[in-house]
Amino acid sequence: MRQIAIYGKGGIGKSTTTQNTVAGLVSLGKKVMIVGCDPKADSTRLMLHAKAQNTVMDLIRERGTVEDLELSDVLKVGYGGVKCVESGGPEPGVGCAGRGVITAINFLESEGAYTPDLDYVFYDVLGDVVCGGFAMPIREGKAQEIYIVCSGEMMAMYAANNISKGILKYATSGKVRLGGLICNSRNTDCEADLIDALAKRLGTQMIHFVPRDNEVQRAELRRMTVIEYSPAHKQAQEYRELARKIAENKMFVVPKPLQMEELEGLLMEFGIIQDDDPNVGVAKAASA
Amino acid sequence: MSNELGLKVKPVTGISPEDEARVAAWINTEDYKLKNFARQALVVNPAHACQPLGAELCAHGFAETLPLVHGSQGCASYYRSTLNRHFREPAPAVSSAMSEDGAVFGGQNNLHEALENALALYKPKMIAVFTSCMPEIIGDDVSAFIKNARQKGCVPPGFLVPHANTPSFTGSHVHGYDSMLLAILQTLTEGKAMEGRCTGKLNFLAGFDANTGNYREYKRIFSEFGIPFTFLADISEVFDSPNDGTYRVYPGGTPLDDAADSINGKATLSVAPYATSKTMVWIKEQYSGVHASLPMPLGVARTDAFMLKLSELFDKPVPASLKAERGRAVDAMTDAHQYMHGKRFAVYGDPDNLGGFVAFLLEMGATPVHLLCSKGSKKLERELRALLDGSPYGKAGKIYMNRDLWHLRSLLMTDPVDAMIGETHGKFAARDAKIPLFRFGFPIFDRVNLHRRPIIGYQGVINMVTEICNKFIDIKDETCEDRFFEMMR
Repeated sequence: MRQIAIYGKGGIGKSTTTQNTVAGLVSLGKKVMIVGCDPKADSTRLMLHAKAQNTVMDLIRERGTVEDLELSDVLKVGYGGVKCVESGGPEPGVGCAGRGVITAINFLESEGAYTPDLDYVFYDVLGDVVCGGFAMPIREGKAQEIYIVCSGEMMAMYAANNISKGILKYATSGKVRLGGLICNSRNTDCEADLIDALAKRLGTQMIHFVPRDNEVQRAELRRMTVIEYSPAHKQAQEYRELARKIAENKMFVVPKPLQMEELEGLLMEFGIIQDDDPNVGVAKAASA
Repeated sequence: MSNELGLKVKPVTGISPEDEARVAAWINTEDYKLKNFARQALVVNPAHACQPLGAELCAHGFAETLPLVHGSQGCASYYRSTLNRHFREPAPAVSSAMSEDGAVFGGQNNLHEALENALALYKPKMIAVFTSCMPEIIGDDVSAFIKNARQKGCVPPGFLVPHANTPSFTGSHVHGYDSMLLAILQTLTEGKAMEGRCTGKLNFLAGFDANTGNYREYKRIFSEFGIPFTFLADISEVFDSPNDGTYRVYPGGTPLDDAADSINGKATLSVAPYATSKTMVWIKEQYSGVHASLPMPLGVARTDAFMLKLSELFDKPVPASLKAERGRAVDAMTDAHQYMHGKRFAVYGDPDNLGGFVAFLLEMGATPVHLLCSKGSKKLERELRALLDGSPYGKAGKIYMNRDLWHLRSLLMTDPVDAMIGETHGKFAARDAKIPLFRFGFPIFDRVNLHRRPIIGYQGVINMVTEICNKFIDIKDETCEDRFFEMMR
């Protein structure tokens, strides 16, 4: 069983990419479970054709204790036999979403959700590795492979670099490794080259460049993956290709995160920021 | 308002004495009981402690082992002082003293410094790490922290640092005990399984038992049988060490080599199905020999089952000395039965104790009426129900799972009983209900030496009969009319 965690900047398309990739793995005949680790609980919507009604945390809130919970209450089977669980979490602004992730994963382990017939478990994790709870999926004995979803936008790259710092921390004591960057295109300038260069600097690879296509939105509106909604569409082929590359991936590295200056230098190299851009200098002066 | 010396004092509350009396009477009513049982968001006086306390007791049971709480100091003080007050002995344990900065940055540095300091100051052979709430909430990866400590050189190569995750906000001391025992045994036995080797010994698991007398009694029974044994987590010398003027940080505990070799045992027996459930699942997969789980040997029938199991596991007859003891226990019960027969009891405590107390009461013809566990389960409820249904004296018994001692107070007031069996926290309810409380559980803060008298085995039966019946006789002597005050009882 390969356990894979997907990280990336908020709003970058982690859930969409994860579910479409999982649909691709299903078409390769793989058995998969998705564990959504985000209080928004939208990591399995395209698999279940609905937003998960019962997250682990919802039911714990309702029943007051994790002890009264059973696996069948929270584990739903969606498209292609994919098992789907959402950890859920507190409402925005209260409580501790990180602990919610820990509680949910502990629950799944003790209730035997990780059955030996599974080929893959995917953790779709909220945004950045903001606290210990959101690093739960990459603790020892859990996900050993991480893919970071990013785009050619500065902040998405910044987040990818930050996440690499988190991975580095866990990689020194455990077996977790970075498997690559998935570029979810935003149609920015020289995007593929830029992410490819960032990947190389981090010591990893851009495992796939997913072009921007409105078919993804059309499928999402119908609560489906592209592979299910329009299997013959070229975008479906892109996700199948990404799934194949992940299935065959052999490149797992301890990332080498960049300093902020190096990241800015990279952007300049690709002409995203001009050397003589007065704003760069102004920002530096202000922070000095 | 003036006090008993005639001095003017400010009233503590604005509530009038009449209102106070009205409320005091109302909380004893059926009406209040219904409201009390509808309560959901609040627990009042629960009959259990938290996971790390159980983990600490377990860690103390291994020789030269220092318990280390990864978390805040106040939590560590609570576990230690609870053990101090119960045993009236020191409980040497350390903490990583996490504070505000630890909560923000994670507790890795705290744990690393704690390991270094503890090694330098207390020179343990093993440090057993377990967690309080704070590192659990912020998601500290203790396993990775310990690995990093090794890489950094905070811990010498080969030094054993088992660890257990024991968040206080779930489970109870019973679960914490189980997790710590599992972690310690996994660490100690790693790579020690040897094909073809058999120690010829019994591995014995008593679970969360804070009665050192019970430990000595188990050992006596094994030696009567002539069964060599390894007690897995033996706290008896640690918390009942002789006062000879010398303070020892590690006065006893299971030798680590013996515990490591336990994986090659001839048989493994647990008498705490609840407090060793995870551990026994693992032992069944990993340990050689035969494995068995029995209820704690409280009362004659459960002690019989215990003796027969020992006899079966080691193919030795039950020794005549123990058979004679059984006879004496039965005689003591018969001689005293009239003082307990038909007496109504409320019983509360740990899952492993409850069934034993109820079984013993039923054997004496007493009536268990209220059975309460503040961290119970459906499985425990089914077991207790089967026990009650199996005896004509069990018909009145009602089971209350996941209720607290304030619930129990309502039950005592609306459906009165003659006595309670439990631990010290029930004394307030017992006082209000004007009934005796027999302290057979943990903790016992308010009586001396009760942790030294065994309640398990045939001797334990005699001890329980003696304590309970004499108390009833005392009450009779103290409260009866002169014409019923007799020389003989």
